[in-house]
Amino acid sequence: MSEEIKTDRAPVSQRAHKVSAGINGDALGAKVTVQIDGNEIKVPLGTTILEAANELGIRIPTLCNHADLCVAGVCRICVVEIEGSRTLQASCAYPITQPIKVKTHSQKVRQARRHILDLLLSKHYGECYACFRNNNCELQALAKEYGVDFFRFGHPSKPFYEVDRSSYSVIRDMNKCILCRRCVRTCIDLQEVGVLDVENRGYQSKVVTYMDKLLGSVVCINCGQCINRCPTGALRANDPTDEVWAAIDDPKKHVVIQTAPSPRAAIGECFGLEPGKALTFELNTALRQCGFDKVFDTNFSADLTIIEEGTELLLRLFKNLVKGDHSQPLPQFTSCSPGWVKYIEHFYPELLPHMSSAKSPQQMFGAVIKTYYAKKQGIDPKDIVTVALMPCSAKKFECNRPEMCDSGYKDIDYGLTTREMAQMISEAGIDLPNLPKSDFDDPFGTATGSGIIFGATGGVMEAAIRSVIELVCGIRIEKLFEHARVMPVRGFEGVRYAELALPQIGPVPDLLKGLVKDWEWIKGATLKVGVCHGTANAKKVLDDIKAGGQFSQCHFIEFMACPGGCLGGGGQPIPTSPEIRAARARAIYSEDESYQIRKSHENPAVVELYQKFLTDGPCGHISHKLLHTHYLSRGKYIA
Amino acid sequence: MKTPSDRNSMTFASITPNEGLKIAVEKGRMGVLGELSESGLKGRGGAGFPTSVKWNLAAAAHDTKKYVVCNADEGEPGTFKDRFILAEFADLMFEGMTIGGFTIGAAEGIVYLRGEYTYLRGHLETVLEQRRKAKLLGKNILGKKGFNFDIRIQMGAGAYVCGEETALIESLEGQRGEPRNRPPFPVDTGFMGHPTIVNNVETFAWVASIIVKGGKWFKHIGTEKSTGLKLFSISGDVERPGVYEFPMGITVDQLLREVGGEGAKAVQIGGASGHCVHQKDFSRKIAYEDIPTGGSVIVFGRQRDMLAVAKNFLEFFVEESCGQCTPCRIGNEKLLEGVELLEKGCCSMKYLRELCSLGETMQIASKCGLGQSSPNAFLSIVKHFQDEIMGRTAIE
Ligand SMILES: Cc1cc2nc3c(=O)[nH]c(=O)nc-3n(C[C@H](O)[C@H](O)[C@H](O)COP(=O)(O)O)c2cc1C
Ligand code: SF4
Repeated sequence: MSEEIKTDRAPVSQRAHKVSAGINGDALGAKVTVQIDGNEIKVPLGTTILEAANELGIRIPTLCNHADLCVAGVCRICVVEIEGSRTLQASCAYPITQPIKVKTHSQKVRQARRHILDLLLSKHYGECYACFRNNNCELQALAKEYGVDFFRFGHPSKPFYEVDRSSYSVIRDMNKCILCRRCVRTCIDLQEVGVLDVENRGYQSKVVTYMDKLLGSVVCINCGQCINRCPTGALRANDPTDEVWAAIDDPKKHVVIQTAPSPRAAIGECFGLEPGKALTFELNTALRQCGFDKVFDTNFSADLTIIEEGTELLLRLFKNLVKGDHSQPLPQFTSCSPGWVKYIEHFYPELLPHMSSAKSPQQMFGAVIKTYYAKKQGIDPKDIVTVALMPCSAKKFECNRPEMCDSGYKDIDYGLTTREMAQMISEAGIDLPNLPKSDFDDPFGTATGSGIIFGATGGVMEAAIRSVIELVCGIRIEKLFEHARVMPVRGFEGVRYAELALPQIGPVPDLLKGLVKDWEWIKGATLKVGVCHGTANAKKVLDDIKAGGQFSQCHFIEFMACPGGCLGGGGQPIPTSPEIRAARARAIYSEDESYQIRKSHENPAVVELYQKFLTDGPCGHISHKLLHTHYLSRGKYIA
Repeated sequence: MKTPSDRNSMTFASITPNEGLKIAVEKGRMGVLGELSESGLKGRGGAGFPTSVKWNLAAAAHDTKKYVVCNADEGEPGTFKDRFILAEFADLMFEGMTIGGFTIGAAEGIVYLRGEYTYLRGHLETVLEQRRKAKLLGKNILGKKGFNFDIRIQMGAGAYVCGEETALIESLEGQRGEPRNRPPFPVDTGFMGHPTIVNNVETFAWVASIIVKGGKWFKHIGTEKSTGLKLFSISGDVERPGVYEFPMGITVDQLLREVGGEGAKAVQIGGASGHCVHQKDFSRKIAYEDIPTGGSVIVFGRQRDMLAVAKNFLEFFVEESCGQCTPCRIGNEKLLEGVELLEKGCCSMKYLRELCSLGETMQIASKCGLGQSSPNAFLSIVKHFQDEIMGRTAIE
């Protein structure tokens, strides 16, 4: 399951950097022999020297190159010597079209790399031991690899730029920027948001926002994909760990944390484990050792989201298809990815009526904790501090949205990323991978497999389909899909479309009796759904809807701002690559199958919540007040 | 002795207008390519790539769209011969472009005109309009069915790097003018991804001339590897600065005599990115195989401070680097800082050696010709004028 990188969505300038069929057209499709450091290998025409070297197991250092991004060839650290060529060539950008002989560490090459490193260091302000990327910095690693022991061309003693801390999510410290432009390519090409670009020439070149405005006031969607791809510490998430520690240390505060599936599937990477090993239950132990009073599972509110969002979908279908009321149009869009929410608010505000009004699982949980849970436990909600462990930088912005206070308090006080949590755990001296396992706390302890798979692209849709089919058709999902694996919506393809004929209708379950009489009106219907991840793909889907294409006929579409879904979120461990994301997805899907209960509507804690608290049912008055929200038409023109 | 910028003494003035285009259409594409190959014409923009090879590649490329681009960005310090051609022989240049379109099978030509030459635009548009009226541009040119070609002018905005052909194409496409990775080359993936020939103003004018006078004629002038005639922009400490036509292979000495620059202590050949030639090497030839040039010759008299010369050039590159790649963006800054240390007399021999070695890295590791040639002047000045630039005392 590897994620395909489509370079045809790259900007024209980068697209032209692809190998073209014109070169040596006759031999197209053929293989060509290349000799690297004396080792021969046959590669398909157009393979880059870097790729060929990787295949041979020869390491060439890189900085501006990234597996998710189109070629830049700007840092020049990957230069190699080609026999017969006067100049060195950037191996990441040089397509092999004829037999060549390459040297990857000749004297010229080593000298050039040392110079390039020294030049970068002469402009890189900051001390490694006071940087969040210490030990995880590509520049630092190269300095070590090349034995840099003094600054040949000097080292800045003063910062050049003020650090931009204006955003709730992303902090930019241009003093550490080495102008590799990965963030620019991430933002323009991978995400097609286009907040960042290079301004000026020569020594004045700088990565800037529009008019060099603060990041907090431009159209940044907070997805943090740029953070995940920055080789140095120039980009990082806004880190509230000090405040979280302070709350833990305050005996008056009751500090609860919810953990989302994606960080659990990835946090091991911060402790040296291979990607793809979930540490869900070890993490519970660690969090208690850190001092959190309660550890809850975000899956609970993910299940809640499915019930609310799924009910909203059924109501929308009824309104649109039976009543002819199009005030809440189809298709309904998911709303749990806060990066996606801000994206549509900026770039397609006219399509906001399609958005489900359901809050994200993070925010639903906060609202429930500071109302239902507070009352149940007899704790004054003002003394409760809600922390959310999320794979996401946009969640930090989301919990600070002014409307997210429906409990009467800030629903979620702090959002922590996977990286920040790992930092807290290591600060506490806890050896996470080797801890004993322990369970989540009650009363939200029971989780289902449906909540888990929210972490992967297609997961929300799969969870919704599992519940909608069972609630409407009255049959078990396993009858339609082996092991409840709704394969048509899985995978890593950027945009996916699936149709699902409802095989029959069943009786209306108790949960929904207040809303519909029967399912006659939906009998024989075919559910049409879409899934996309990464805002570049969201853009494709939205444009298709506006043009009246295939996706305008859908009933329900899942949107995730980050490539791969939450497991590829901007708060996840660095580095990221298609392979790493695929490994995290495997961890998530196998965790799904390890659960007894696999469907949201069967979660006993959720059922109990509707019986005892949200007594007028899904999408009822209480749930509307606490679990639903509204959006802002921001537009893309900023003051 | 020649007179500077004397239009009528130049070969271009002797060419019958549009004779070349007629002959080209008669000879056919292969005929034109054969003639160019025979002539040995190499690009007059500086890099000296054989024009026939470039055109052959573009002609052989399969695509429904192809482009002919004229590089009139002339940004190299000390170069102004293209301006002279644009003002005096625009017709000939357009004719060369039209022959290019005919040869490679392009229907559109674009002149990328340097921003500072905006004042020439009106004149160029008038010439283009006349050519359209005379059916030398447009549909079925010279009555040849299917020979369609027209030319438009697009303005540059003043960045030197946009003279580099791939940066020029980026700029034409509306992007930031930054050089691309090569390969692929423009003949294969050029403007809008289509095969494109980018040639210098002067190259196009010579193409038209060669088609009229024959490749043999051109080949017999100059040296074996650098054939034909070339325009030179002469400036600096000379009696008669201006534009001259000389055969390739002329020695520096001969050239200085012609322009009244005897007694110079050094000559910068090839503009800021070229080489600084010491007096003792004035017997060397100006030719691709010896001292290559795009035509800029800046003469330094006895009184000139060579360190100031190096500083001036480096200041230019620090500003004009596109900022994309590390060696050029930061390297030029470091060289300039080094010159400032030399000015103050506090650059150690060790550090100077380090800077020279950095310069060599820049020459081979930079992404484009700008970074690759930016240390040239510095390196040759350090090499030839070490006594002059070392051991200074700080001027307070
Ligand atoms: C930094 C840089 C600036 C250049 N500027 C020009 C220029 O102003 N005019 C020009 O004709 N060629 C310039 N060139 C050379 C072009 O890249 C290209 O080689 C030339 O246009 C090809 O035409 P020719 O083969 O006819 O010389 C420049 C090259 C570099 C690296
Ligand atoms: S060598 Fe200089 S001008 Fe050329 S790509 Fe690099 S930074 Fe830009």
